[in-house]
Amino acid sequence: MSKVKPRGLFDSKILGPAAIDALRKLDPRQLARNPVIFVTEVVSLVVTGFFIRDCVTGEVSPLFSGQIAFWLWFTVLFANFAEAVAEGRGKAQAETLRRSRSDTRAKRYLDPANLNGLYEGVNALDLNVGDVVLVEAGEIIPGDGEIIEGLASVNEAAITGESAPVIREAGGDRSAVTGGTTVLSDGIKVRVTAAAGSSFLDRMIALVEGAERQKTPNELALSILLSGLTLIFLIVCVSLWPLASYSGTTLSVTVLIALLVCLIPTTIGGLLSAIGIAGMDRLIRFNVIATSGRAVEAAGDVDTLLLDKTGTITFGNRMADEFVAVAGVEERALAEAALLSSLADETPEGRSIVALATSRYGLTMTVDPAKTKIVPFSAHTRLSGVDLPGRSLRKGAVDSILREAGLAKDKAPAEFTQAVERISRAGGTPLAVCDNQRLLGVIHLKDIVKPDIRPRFAELRAMGIKTVMVTGDNPLTAAAIASEAGVDDFLAQATPEDKLAYIRKEQQGGRLIAMCGDGTNDAPALAQADVGVAMQTGTQAAREAGNMVDLDSDPTKLIEIVGIGKQLLMTRGSLTTFSIANDVAKYFAIIPALFIAKYHDELGALNVMGLHSDKSAILSAVIFNALIIVALIPLALKGVAYRPVGAAALLRRNLTIYGLGGIVAPFIGIKIIDVIVSVLHLA
Amino acid sequence: MTFVGWSQIAIVLALVLAAAVPLSRLVARIYAGEDDVLARVALPVERVFYRLAGVEEAREQSWLAYAMAMLAFSIVGFLSLYALQRLQAYLPLNPQKFDNVPSDLAFNTSISFITNTNWQNYGGETTMSHLTQMLGLTVHNFLSAATGLAMAFALVRAFARSSATTVGNFWVDVTRITLRLLLPLSIVIALVMVALGVPQTLAGSVDATTLEGIKQTISIGPMASQEAIKELGTNGGGFMNANSAHPFENPNAWTDMLEIWALLLIPVASVIAFGRAVGDLRQGRAILATMAILLIVGVGAVYWAESAGNPILAALGLDPAGGNLEGKELRFGDAMSALFATATSSTSTGAVNTMHDSLTPLGGLVPMFNLLAGCIWPGGVGAGLYGFLVVVVIAVFVAGLMVGRTPEYLGKKIESREMKLAMFAVLIYPLSVLGFTAASVMLQTGLDSLNNTGPHGLSEILYAYASANANNGSAFAGLNGDTPWFNTTLGIVMLAGRFAYVIPVLALAGGLAAKKKAPPSAGTFPTTGPLFVGLLIGVVVILYLLQYFPALALGPIVEHFLMLGGKTF
Repeated sequence: MSKVKPRGLFDSKILGPAAIDALRKLDPRQLARNPVIFVTEVVSLVVTGFFIRDCVTGEVSPLFSGQIAFWLWFTVLFANFAEAVAEGRGKAQAETLRRSRSDTRAKRYLDPANLNGLYEGVNALDLNVGDVVLVEAGEIIPGDGEIIEGLASVNEAAITGESAPVIREAGGDRSAVTGGTTVLSDGIKVRVTAAAGSSFLDRMIALVEGAERQKTPNELALSILLSGLTLIFLIVCVSLWPLASYSGTTLSVTVLIALLVCLIPTTIGGLLSAIGIAGMDRLIRFNVIATSGRAVEAAGDVDTLLLDKTGTITFGNRMADEFVAVAGVEERALAEAALLSSLADETPEGRSIVALATSRYGLTMTVDPAKTKIVPFSAHTRLSGVDLPGRSLRKGAVDSILREAGLAKDKAPAEFTQAVERISRAGGTPLAVCDNQRLLGVIHLKDIVKPDIRPRFAELRAMGIKTVMVTGDNPLTAAAIASEAGVDDFLAQATPEDKLAYIRKEQQGGRLIAMCGDGTNDAPALAQADVGVAMQTGTQAAREAGNMVDLDSDPTKLIEIVGIGKQLLMTRGSLTTFSIANDVAKYFAIIPALFIAKYHDELGALNVMGLHSDKSAILSAVIFNALIIVALIPLALKGVAYRPVGAAALLRRNLTIYGLGGIVAPFIGIKIIDVIVSVLHLA
Repeated sequence: MTFVGWSQIAIVLALVLAAAVPLSRLVARIYAGEDDVLARVALPVERVFYRLAGVEEAREQSWLAYAMAMLAFSIVGFLSLYALQRLQAYLPLNPQKFDNVPSDLAFNTSISFITNTNWQNYGGETTMSHLTQMLGLTVHNFLSAATGLAMAFALVRAFARSSATTVGNFWVDVTRITLRLLLPLSIVIALVMVALGVPQTLAGSVDATTLEGIKQTISIGPMASQEAIKELGTNGGGFMNANSAHPFENPNAWTDMLEIWALLLIPVASVIAFGRAVGDLRQGRAILATMAILLIVGVGAVYWAESAGNPILAALGLDPAGGNLEGKELRFGDAMSALFATATSSTSTGAVNTMHDSLTPLGGLVPMFNLLAGCIWPGGVGAGLYGFLVVVVIAVFVAGLMVGRTPEYLGKKIESREMKLAMFAVLIYPLSVLGFTAASVMLQTGLDSLNNTGPHGLSEILYAYASANANNGSAFAGLNGDTPWFNTTLGIVMLAGRFAYVIPVLALAGGLAAKKKAPPSAGTFPTTGPLFVGLLIGVVVILYLLQYFPALALGPIVEHFLMLGGKTF
């Protein structure tokens, strides 16, 4: 929740319960979901057994097996801890949500068909789908539903964190209300559309809590790789015993286990689920709720973004951009006439004319309302204006104003016609102005492209993502705006069917599509898209169809959602690479140590780190292996930095940091630990 | 190392590339079943086979049907080859009157030849009749190579196609590969071999009187024909026990170069053809560059280790300038021996012109590592390509995530099914090789076969299983493999190395073929260019080094340091 205070990475409120959870997660039934850590737990038990044996028999010093056992358990616990911390942040969020759900009373009509009849007070949990309830000012809406009568301003802060109220009314695309939100004014009659326990709020709580968490497709594939590697290293370590005994060395099970744990990918194995949970969590903090982890991954894969022009690419309203006067008329006079004719015009376009005239020409006009007659816009006349004493000012569609001025189309001044054409071609709307039937000129109403949007599309292009603008405008206008905003393609005069067809066509070509939408007629396309982001302000149908809900209802977020998806996958890949690359150094630490008795001089040459003794070499490798998990927890939770550059540049960067770095880092780390271990006489 | 030595190596490799580029066009046409001159000549013959076997030429198979056809074909091949050996004494074309082959050896040999391994636990010239050599062994030299390439075709189709349910027709692929590629090429090469002095006759042996007046029986036979397909099909099973070190199989420097050239030719051409088939030559080039670097670094390492020689011998007064010449043919020298040893182990050929057992420890480490990795740079006919593509899939999966997308290769998403099958395939290697090596050193029956003790003995056993598993067939010959234990277990490992590997690969092909092919964009993981090549090399080295480092440390690595310390065993 952006408006709720964000929790730090290591809030003590999260760390405490997480530590307890880490212990609880030692339950093998839970750990079996994570084969790498499960194996680590099993061998930890075995080494603990050896430690106890050493303590009891006293034949061998228990110091070594004890320390190995300690660090193995440490490895398991911190892997659990990473997961618990990631989950903890979601749980804290869910707690906030849950508070707004408790103990709501509802006024249920006895007869849903008779909305003027009697109602009874019931608990919100007892509502059924189809019930109709009355919610009045100051009351909490008891469940998800659709307004069938009335209009209200609703505070949806419980869900969105945004305290500014929104208007909800019966009919149209703003009729959905969410359980847990509060009606601030007026009253509405709501038909319940979700039973208690399956409402939007309930689902949200379940999602942030991670209660329904299942492995996502990519996570599953990665787990298979990690399990495969674990199996391979199991074979390596088990077969090493006979090979060593052939070579005249009897290896102890403890050192073989130490080798095994160092080789199996514990780093990524321990952090894998934390990475996934943290990815969902990043979305949530971004005020986007994904209905599944699958959707977050799909976001990273998106090839094509379908963006609504209005609100995303342009500010959403046409705004006055310039005044073009006909010959013999001063621009200032035109501006003045335009300003006067728009004084009563409360549409955004009208206000923008006033704003432009005021800012550009410093005009301030006041009129006496008593002497002013307002001529409102009508679809029939397609013009509006004011009648002042002795003056009749009009602005409107070019045809209508020409008719008003008594000019035939071909008789209009040439510069006027040219200006109108130029404006139309540029995707703008020409608005003609006349004063007492005298044509003054034309106002250029322009779809203003958001100033920062063009570089963002360039970024997306660098990332290999195609942007498609969807608009109801005619192709000419659409093309002009598309080229100004720098999108790759556009869909003009788009109907919901066109959108759906476009998505299907792209998918047929193997591309993944993301889009956002809010209306009921967007629902099929939202459902068809690989990533469908529904606006929280949208209809219930849209919210059901999408696989993400944006609580801020900000369509530009689609771009960030893609980034978050990519970051999730990158973090997994980078830590996997790092984990595997680490093994090289561990071999150089452990292999010479294993055979020191038999081949001291020969394999001693492989002890490139110059480790102090065989035991300290093995111990240092195990300690490094455990500590690296702890060291990487912040990275796993925060995610690897994503930059909007091409794949080749990303690969080069990450391969250098996590591949080469993964090979080099443990050489240094193990050496440092070895020095400490030998100074402390631990081995 | 000398300039002349390196020049020889460079010339042979350059000639391979020069021939592989045009040959790749032919391979790509056979893959696509395109109509050309060769097809028009071969088609009437092929149609006869199709009609006899009831194969519908135009009907493609799902991966499962393709795999089943391959298995059925291999089983029939195994049974017929086994029967041929067990009955050779009663059959014609047995001028030397050899006995029937014993059952465990026949079992091993049959598996060996249907899997394109050509591990030979027998001396060819003293065990197999001409009929067995020609109708059994040579025929399978063709068919096992054709089968391997057919498997690769199936996998390549999976990457090339979009939303496809079929991966080709096994019978058609095998027939086309045999008749349009292997047969014409091997006829040409066999004739060149004959011209260069390799015997080709149906006579069994010639008698000669030596200078001491002793009568000597010298085995000869239809050698040039077997020699050609032995190299061309990356088979490696020699007519003679001494294989390509024998002056009849490989009489001079020209035949030596020809053999190395022939054994690298089709694997290299198939990789280039892969690029053609998927419609992007750069894809094939990236893989070929990776393979070439791994191969050339290997050659360099063997050449360096061998010319550095053995300090123990130098200490005894041997001129160190000659390098390590033990087990080498002087007519080839250490450069061409190093190239042969590396090429034969980098492909699944396993023919030898030098005794790998006699290589220096580090010189022997290279072929051994090549085998442990499954002989995939550039690998056996077909087997190298599909084997390498499995590694590519794994590499792309790990590294592909780092660009923030579900990993994809050639537009095909690599998901859990792909990973499952790829890991299945990859797991077979350590399981077979390390498992059986460990078992052999624990069992007295395994240790009894060793001629050497200490780390070298371990190397011999490890090499044997690695060779069987990778379907290579070369050996550290200090090990006596013709015992019931080794005949049987090596047979099992050869089967696993081929079929337990390729069936998951075909399943992988089936799944990939069905996927939609996503078009590439700037956000797509780049699978061409130096960065990808570097990545692949890193993954290959790390993946296999991690698996075998402990075993290698106890074998060749420790042996190397022992040698430096002047110790023998």
